[in-house]
Amino acid sequence: MPAQARSRAVSALWVLLRKDLYIEFRTKEALSSLLVLIILIILTFTFALDPAAGRSFAPAILWVTFIFSGLLAVQRAFVIERENGCWHGLLLCPVEPATIYLAKMAGNFLFLAVAQLVLLALLWLFFRLPPARSPATFLAVNFLGIAGFASLSTLFSGISVRMRAREMLLPLLVLPLLVPVVVCAVAATRTLLDPASAEGVANWVRVLIAIDAIYIVAGWAIFDQITQE
Amino acid sequence: MKNRSTTLAADGLTLLAGVMMAVSIYLVFQYVPTERVQGVVQRIFYFHVPAAWSAFTGFFVVAVASAFFLWRGGRRADLVAHAAAEVGLLFCTMVLVTGPMWARPVWGVWWTWDPRLTMTLVLWTIYATYLVLRMVGRDDPLVARYAAVLGIVGAAVIPFIILAVRLWHSIHPAVISAPKGQGGLGDRRMVQTLVFCGLTFLTLFGCLLWRRFRIRQLAEEIADLRDELEKQEGRRAP
Repeated sequence: MPAQARSRAVSALWVLLRKDLYIEFRTKEALSSLLVLIILIILTFTFALDPAAGRSFAPAILWVTFIFSGLLAVQRAFVIERENGCWHGLLLCPVEPATIYLAKMAGNFLFLAVAQLVLLALLWLFFRLPPARSPATFLAVNFLGIAGFASLSTLFSGISVRMRAREMLLPLLVLPLLVPVVVCAVAATRTLLDPASAEGVANWVRVLIAIDAIYIVAGWAIFDQITQE
Repeated sequence: MKNRSTTLAADGLTLLAGVMMAVSIYLVFQYVPTERVQGVVQRIFYFHVPAAWSAFTGFFVVAVASAFFLWRGGRRADLVAHAAAEVGLLFCTMVLVTGPMWARPVWGVWWTWDPRLTMTLVLWTIYATYLVLRMVGRDDPLVARYAAVLGIVGAAVIPFIILAVRLWHSIHPAVISAPKGQGGLGDRRMVQTLVFCGLTFLTLFGCLLWRRFRIRQLAEEIADLRDELEKQEGRRAP
């Protein structure tokens, strides 16, 4: 029975994820606004910082831009369900709330990962960064950071979307608990972008993997609590 | 009858906290010897550290009560979690206020990104958010559930915040890395004072927690009675 239930959950997850991807593919709302926002935030940074000094601030610019644009983007996963009673329809489906959570999280992860790749390209273009010491590790750190952000913010946007002051509330809910991801992602990015450094990033990566696991398990285990009415 | 005895117990607890606080103040200013290196300012330590203990107790109570509320239900657990967050945040604020007052004369700076300070600040923001969530969702019947989710996830993430902040600190050396006071509790009277102040603050914590809990409980009773009354009047009016 568990194997059968698992395969059902996986196919349900895929259906839900595909639905969100379809919506995005047809409307192109989330990604396009996210990308324009990213460009605007970087532009603000370039005016505020001396471009030559921008290099040493690159890790900070990268993650601050990512987090603040991401906070606005992840709300959408649940906002689109508010129209036409979609949310109740979704809850009526024979699907575990945990599966809905994982599907929404996966969707957010994909959008944010695409945005992050564009963001990285722009950073290299605008700030003439040196190549990362180990591109594979660099990308892995980025994806781990995005996974942590997506898992935590998906859980809390499920809460904030139903509150009055949701735009204000989501950052308040997410940012304090995101501290481990911010610390590790920024530190690892900085180490990898420093050509003079010979330090490894194994410790940071380990903490990132652990905290990602905690966020995902917490969201998966607790999400049904916030869908009950 | 039962109400009366609980009121009496609560008053007793308040009285006890008051007397203990008076004794603590005596101990801190008269009994305990002045620390040799830091001088008289070190006496703030006997309020700073017990306040931290109370704050952590508060956050622990929030997590336990939240878990209890989510899995077993019941208004009481929710009210306890809410009250504990308020009182815990109060003590955490006290830690953050007394810390710089002590750091300035001893370290020469008001603030340093020492792991313990950073962690306390992050904890403060988590529980401040908890109370903001409660405030924003005042009229939402689901807010208790949401707050409980935050209380539990917050508690689960705290060890990682500590870990990450420690690791981060190791690449950002602090201005002054002298260990805070605790290494220098040479005198027996210092330990006695610290333990007594710790007990005083925990008693005060219990007292405040109980009061906040009762106020919320009574407020809910009043709201229920008012609803009942409105219903009855509505029935009579037409």
